[in-house]
Amino acid sequence: MSGVTVSAKVNGDAVQYVCPPNESLMDVLRNRLNLTGVKEGCGTGDCGACSVTLDDRLVCSCLVLGAEAEGRSIGTVEGISQDGELHPLQTAFIDHAALQCGICTPGFLVAAKSLLGRNPNPSEEEIRYALAGNLCRCTGYDKIVRAVQSAAKVMRKQKKS
Amino acid sequence: MPYETDYTNQKFSVIGNRVNRPDGVDKVTGRARYGADASAAGQLVGKILRSPHAHALIKKIDTSKAEKLPGVKAIVTGDDFPDFTGGNRSLMDTLENCMARGRALYDGHAVAAVAAVDAQTANEALKLIKVTYKKLPHVTDVDEAMKPSAPVVHDWIRTAGIEPAPTTASNISQRNEFGHGDIDVGFAEADVIIEKTFKTEQTHQGYIEPHACLATLGPDGSGELWVTTQGHFTFRNMCASLLGLDVAKLKVTSSEIGGGFGGKTHVWMEPVALQLARKSNRPVKLVMTREEVFKATGPTSSTSVDVKIGAKKNGRITAASAELRYQSGAFPGMWGMLGAMTSFACYDLKHVKSVGYDVLCNRPKVAAYRAPSAPMAAFGVESVIDLLAAELKMDPVEFRIKNAAKKGTRASYGPIYGPIGIGPTLEAVKNHPHMKKRLGKNQGRGVACGFWFNFGGQTCTDLNIGIDGSVNLTVGTVDVGGSRASLALIAAEELGVDYDQVRVTIGDTSSLGHNDTTEGSRGTFSSGMATIFAARNAIDVMKQRAADTWGIPVEQVVWEEGVARAKGRQNSNLPPLSLKEIAAKSPRTGGPIAGHNEVVADGAGVSFASHICDVEVDPETGSTRVIRYTVVQDAGKAIHPDYVEGQFQGGAAQGIGWALNEEYIYGEDGTLQNAGFLDYRIPVCSDLPFIDTEILEIPNPNHPYGVRGVGETSIVPPLAAIGNAVSNAVGVRMTHVPMSPPRILKAIEDAQ
Amino acid sequence: MRFESPTTTKAAASMLASESGAAHVLAGGTDLLVRMKMGMVEPDLVLDIKRIETMKVLKVAAGGVHIGGAVPAVELGESERLRSLWPGVVEAANLIGSDQIQGRCTVVGNLCNASPAADSVPALIAAGAKALIVGPKGKRRVGVEKVVLGPGKTSLGRDEFIEAVVLPARAGKSADAYLRFTPRTEMDIAVVSAAVNLTLSRGVVTAAKVVLGAVAPTAVVVPAAARAIIGTKLDDAALEKMAKACRAACNPIDDKRGTVEYRTKVAGVLGRRAALVAFERAGGSK
Repeated sequence: MSGVTVSAKVNGDAVQYVCPPNESLMDVLRNRLNLTGVKEGCGTGDCGACSVTLDDRLVCSCLVLGAEAEGRSIGTVEGISQDGELHPLQTAFIDHAALQCGICTPGFLVAAKSLLGRNPNPSEEEIRYALAGNLCRCTGYDKIVRAVQSAAKVMRKQKKS
Repeated sequence: MPYETDYTNQKFSVIGNRVNRPDGVDKVTGRARYGADASAAGQLVGKILRSPHAHALIKKIDTSKAEKLPGVKAIVTGDDFPDFTGGNRSLMDTLENCMARGRALYDGHAVAAVAAVDAQTANEALKLIKVTYKKLPHVTDVDEAMKPSAPVVHDWIRTAGIEPAPTTASNISQRNEFGHGDIDVGFAEADVIIEKTFKTEQTHQGYIEPHACLATLGPDGSGELWVTTQGHFTFRNMCASLLGLDVAKLKVTSSEIGGGFGGKTHVWMEPVALQLARKSNRPVKLVMTREEVFKATGPTSSTSVDVKIGAKKNGRITAASAELRYQSGAFPGMWGMLGAMTSFACYDLKHVKSVGYDVLCNRPKVAAYRAPSAPMAAFGVESVIDLLAAELKMDPVEFRIKNAAKKGTRASYGPIYGPIGIGPTLEAVKNHPHMKKRLGKNQGRGVACGFWFNFGGQTCTDLNIGIDGSVNLTVGTVDVGGSRASLALIAAEELGVDYDQVRVTIGDTSSLGHNDTTEGSRGTFSSGMATIFAARNAIDVMKQRAADTWGIPVEQVVWEEGVARAKGRQNSNLPPLSLKEIAAKSPRTGGPIAGHNEVVADGAGVSFASHICDVEVDPETGSTRVIRYTVVQDAGKAIHPDYVEGQFQGGAAQGIGWALNEEYIYGEDGTLQNAGFLDYRIPVCSDLPFIDTEILEIPNPNHPYGVRGVGETSIVPPLAAIGNAVSNAVGVRMTHVPMSPPRILKAIEDAQ
Repeated sequence: MRFESPTTTKAAASMLASESGAAHVLAGGTDLLVRMKMGMVEPDLVLDIKRIETMKVLKVAAGGVHIGGAVPAVELGESERLRSLWPGVVEAANLIGSDQIQGRCTVVGNLCNASPAADSVPALIAAGAKALIVGPKGKRRVGVEKVVLGPGKTSLGRDEFIEAVVLPARAGKSADAYLRFTPRTEMDIAVVSAAVNLTLSRGVVTAAKVVLGAVAPTAVVVPAAARAIIGTKLDDAALEKMAKACRAACNPIDDKRGTVEYRTKVAGVLGRRAALVAFERAGGSK
């Protein structure tokens, strides 16, 4: 199987890679670009641990082929904090103890950031449904939902000022 | 130096603060490295070939074609694992579970493994391995497996615990009985007796991180293993025993762990990865797929349980008995025994008897799952308790309070209780605002109690003080849910320094003495205890340094709030020396300052919880939604309340999933039908409400701070709490978990 | 395996026609990649149609709706106009998987995957949608109900693919609804589903189409259920008659997701409930 050469942007930086045509974007990110913050929980789109944005749309990177990313822009958990500062969601997750084992955290952060980009003031129900594609087995989601609510508030304030 | 482990009721300054966890930044930025996140130069990819049959003879494994595939570097089968077990049956079970030896015992049982240059080549090689099977009769249901006509999983099994010892093989590996008094006398005294049979289906821990490791093993017999595990020391001992290695020559490092809940207490494919590494003399990375995790790791038992309880009209229970049949998968376990031990632990009973059976089936080898065996027993017992209360026209909470075990009660499994939390959690439930909330149409409320033993075990901890006064604490218990923060709080408390001054590291197996696996809710309890003692050792060193600096006897030095003070009027001219000052001078006063402790942390205080649950059931579809949930549990002392609450909430959520939807579904052919997250259905965010928590603190008399383990008990009550709630909502007693929509709808219609 | 991403439907059709091995069209990939991962398919050619501009078109007008084969389901929900014209189609499409899946999956892909439990298919059939099929000999248009032949099987030729589905012009006082039953609130596959599309005149149902999902090898159109409510204001007797017709139309299987008995019962419940939702949306009141 001959490889496909791909040029894309990851977290704003230009990258090039060669991958087999049937390799998932998740495997490309993890194994070829060393972005191991992208986690594999199932490989079939059922857990959300590998969530990334693809041209600003939230997707499971396990359900995207690396070959499809040509010319596209990818965002991973590694790109959430900017200029050495944690994103309000990252801070809120730590402050609210919204993680226990932490394996689902990168996916939740990417998904929650995508949600707050679309809806800066989501209700509890909206948060729960928007994050339903991300499985967490440790927390019962309680502190995750609270962290997202708290980060949303901080981000709304930041926007105002 | 031995230290006093008794509870001292000391005043705390940092314990109980909701500080930020030390690994938080790494985990929110994607930097934290889990099992699958490590790589080594020249590493190969390992993959495992698994049986598609529930039970089959392996007549032949032909690897010749696969061996010829370019890029394949090693292939192993059962023949590549010589027997180093020295007749230890349990070790042999573990080995045989890692790689079949002539017989595939369940759908997913490993039969061969490959190491190749990349995943594609490894997958290709698996397809080229030709296995000739002869299918054998199988059994997957626990009650079926107990019948004399059932296919026997192992012909060497003779039921233990039966007199006279059986001479023929069966699937019942052991029978265990617990209790006291005479139940016949007790039932004769009863005005009301309720007897019922319950079933629970098999569930999986469902940690989001699949098993993963990176193994190296050279021809000199020394190697390294990077692995996601709850117990790297145990994994080292296991792998060394199974592969004939010296324990000291295998260094095992625990990665960050993406959830375990008991499922990562056991080796599954790590010995295979090491063997592939040895055969290829290359590092081998082996990561399970989710399908493999479901099929070939260690879910908890499916069960079948009979419960009988009798009471007098005044609400006192006169006798209780249970027979508990626990499916242990294809190898013997101790799960029926634990079910029998825990079943009546919440109550003060004069006459009680519980009998547990461990039963083999053609299913994966059962492993621990959070308070293993207790939730199923509690489902039966707490359901019957509710039925009895209803029969006696008593409030179910009052009925429980009336019969709750207390200090001095002889537990149904033997010991006499010290101060315990069952009564207080029930009182807290009774007074909780949740209980006063009015229910709407199709809604029901349920309450249930739960118990777990907790465990202490072998623990070894190192505390090193840096030249700048910062503190490095190295522990050997894996951090599964934030224990590094709790242990740093404990070290800071003892030393009298800021929390931020302490950094906690999980040491690898070559940096500390043996630590038992992080199981039995022991992490914060036992490493906490060892941390207290290690800190006190370091304080002794610092006191000596201060004494030497001052030129006074050490007896005149005390340690208070992070400084050494010289006692007595004659020393009033000596200004106190802070930890930082002592540390700064340490190169000239005797070298590095360290404290060390090894302990067998006995006296893990038992733990109790009571839960309240409200559900709404759609009577036309049988669909159930949990609309409110409250957990009340005794933590002994909550070192870090956020993470104690997190344990309460996480256990409740797992229990809710188990109660309503999660189950292993086997087909007629004995193969697993739903080995994936889509059809296994663990709760998603929109399935759950906020989970309220109330932490009670009834100090454990056997820990200096009063700590009890908190990790497991929270999964014990939910099956029964939801069962009681659903039964109250629809007016029909639910006896089969999960209470999935078809089961509920059928129960409603059968009752009409 | 080769990966191709043509930019015209013509090029795509000729690539499909000239591939002698197993060729698979990749739209959202949320089914195809799972099947590849599980080793259920081993494509020789994967044809990504997302670089074909015309297939990314979503056109919503009163005279009809055009949903390109590469339009992700999430875009349907983002169109306020579509939501008001075809709320049932949108809610069906937006029930497929999580937000992550929504960002990729397409209704055409959902149709071509040919699962009996596909969420959007009953709603599309109820809506009277047509599939625009492209092949080497040009284009043809067939009713969506004619596309799926059985689990995993479609009527498409091996060199054909669906460029778009189109929904007809919307009559006044019309609405549709889709309901499915799943044990979880999200991230689940329909155990049973029901789509109802109806039109009212003076508060009375004058036209209706009722389609059930996951109760037979393909989605099932239930004319008897439609007849039961036509000419009524969804009184209880009509609804019960409709539910009965729904149950009678079921031919389900027992599997890990549900039983024959359960699916049959709940089909009646969902048919009735979906009819009520559509009725209310169309301005009806009981």
